[in-house]
Amino acid sequence: MSDDTPEFTEKSVDELVDIARSCRREIVKMVKRANAGHPGGSLSVIDLIVGLYGRTLRVSSTEPKHPGRDRLILSKGHASPAMYAALHAFGFLDETDLHSYRMFNGICQGHVDSKWTPGVDFSGGSLGMGLSFGLGVAISGRLTGRDHHSWVILGDGECQEGEIWEAAMAASHHRLENVNVIVDVNGIQNDDFVDQQMVMGDLSAKWAAFGWKVRDMNGHDMTEIAEAIEWSKTTVGPCVILARTTKGKGVSFMENNPSFHGKAPDDEEFKLAMEELA
Amino acid sequence: MTGAASRDGYGAALLDLAEDERVVVLEADLGKSTKSCLFRSEHPQRTFSMGIAEQNMMLVAAGLASTGMIPFASTFAIFTERGFEQVRNGIARPGLVAHICGSHGGIHTGTDGSSAQSIEDLAIYRTLPNMTVMHPCDASSTRALTKALVNHGSASYTRTVRNKTRQIYTDEEAAKLKIGEFSVLTEGSDVAILACGVMVQEALDAAETLAGEGVHATVVDVHTLKPFDHDEMKRISESCGAVVTAEDHSIIGGLGGAVAESLTAHHPVPLERVGVKDTYGMSGQPAELMEHYGLTANDIVDAAKTAIRRRNV
Repeated sequence: MSDDTPEFTEKSVDELVDIARSCRREIVKMVKRANAGHPGGSLSVIDLIVGLYGRTLRVSSTEPKHPGRDRLILSKGHASPAMYAALHAFGFLDETDLHSYRMFNGICQGHVDSKWTPGVDFSGGSLGMGLSFGLGVAISGRLTGRDHHSWVILGDGECQEGEIWEAAMAASHHRLENVNVIVDVNGIQNDDFVDQQMVMGDLSAKWAAFGWKVRDMNGHDMTEIAEAIEWSKTTVGPCVILARTTKGKGVSFMENNPSFHGKAPDDEEFKLAMEELA
Repeated sequence: MTGAASRDGYGAALLDLAEDERVVVLEADLGKSTKSCLFRSEHPQRTFSMGIAEQNMMLVAAGLASTGMIPFASTFAIFTERGFEQVRNGIARPGLVAHICGSHGGIHTGTDGSSAQSIEDLAIYRTLPNMTVMHPCDASSTRALTKALVNHGSASYTRTVRNKTRQIYTDEEAAKLKIGEFSVLTEGSDVAILACGVMVQEALDAAETLAGEGVHATVVDVHTLKPFDHDEMKRISESCGAVVTAEDHSIIGGLGGAVAESLTAHHPVPLERVGVKDTYGMSGQPAELMEHYGLTANDIVDAAKTAIRRRNV
């Protein structure tokens, strides 16, 4: 293994839009095959994940543990179908691997798991932990001189976890530049709308108060995503992007529907979803 | 001879390890108490304050470990427990090698009272796969065993104590200790006393009292509760036929629990557990508290006699 950073090949916005569309199909297929999983939050976050792979992540599908790699830390680890679909699109997983999602002994575990899946660096499933993990990676980068970046994706409901704010404090206290956050603000959590469960108020003001530079954007517009990633890389941080998204984006009956946080479509719904995502 | 506190051994070990540049120290506003402050004063650039925020500290350790660094994170034993689920899901489950030290373990902590006296830490960490659990008895052995962690292949939890205790090992003797292996301090064939932490000195005193009455005890320092030395446990229970455990920890799930599990699986013999009897502590001087909660050499002597009587029934 070499100690530098893997090479990066940038993809165009148009290419990424196409990739995200095919990922959406794979997400719904995975959840349908498993008859379980989290389609809503996977469909809200997929454009962000595809944007990161296509516009900035220096990773290697042939050497997934490359020490100089950037890290994508999916703290909202239940959106694993989105991660697996993207890992397939960018060469880390075969199509057949996707069939193992939630299956016995399958490499695509229910929640993202670094022990099971090549290209997954963080074991999620318990909310609130990913940003702290990203800080650890970032501190290591500072100490070793390795130029890797951590991109941490949080949910807005997840920001109810106290550890998020412990980590937010620590990042600005230690002036960590090589960790970036994107919050998938889809407005819905497990039981209901976020505003019904625990009002988060002004997320932008909250992050700013913890010493972060904040940028709002439409989390489904690939041009805006590409621009925000560039902003995050070139701004003295730490930086957080608040991605305004729609839960279940791309499938009409799942959109903004709390009941599709963690439920598979039935046969008829699946057929309709595939038509809409064709 | 009264030596240092085991937490002093932890601080000394971090300094010993400093030349390994993978070693990173994390603190949660208790570095002066856990003694990681010794490392901070020499290596501030590799010491990171996480503030009073233990959950974050555990996952920062995980992130560091994921890149090949060797993090040592410490706070009071009781406050590591606030991050227990973080240790479980963020460190042990993915198999990351991060080392947690909980100081001020047990009733022996003293006047701070029950909120600071962890009596369940060994039990809860022992339940985690991929987790080594240690509770050394003095500063020398804490120093040696903490140093050994730098080449250890799994995450660990080490409990240290606040107050000075008797020096059990010379540095030369401590250097021979191995993680996961019993340290037999005296050999006798009438009863075995297995102790950890501050109770090792009490066990040695108890053995001396028993010897005066013609009862010869094997005394074992169980500095590592997990992985547990089942082979040595079996040998000792076969040769002694009666066993006492002694710990400044709940009698549920800690050393007493580990020994009970091993004995029932391999060689059942009468077992008496000296420890905190499913209750919380309170303020007081360590000696007063140890007396009150039944954690003295005399309590071990009584337990040994009971175990022997049960064997002979």
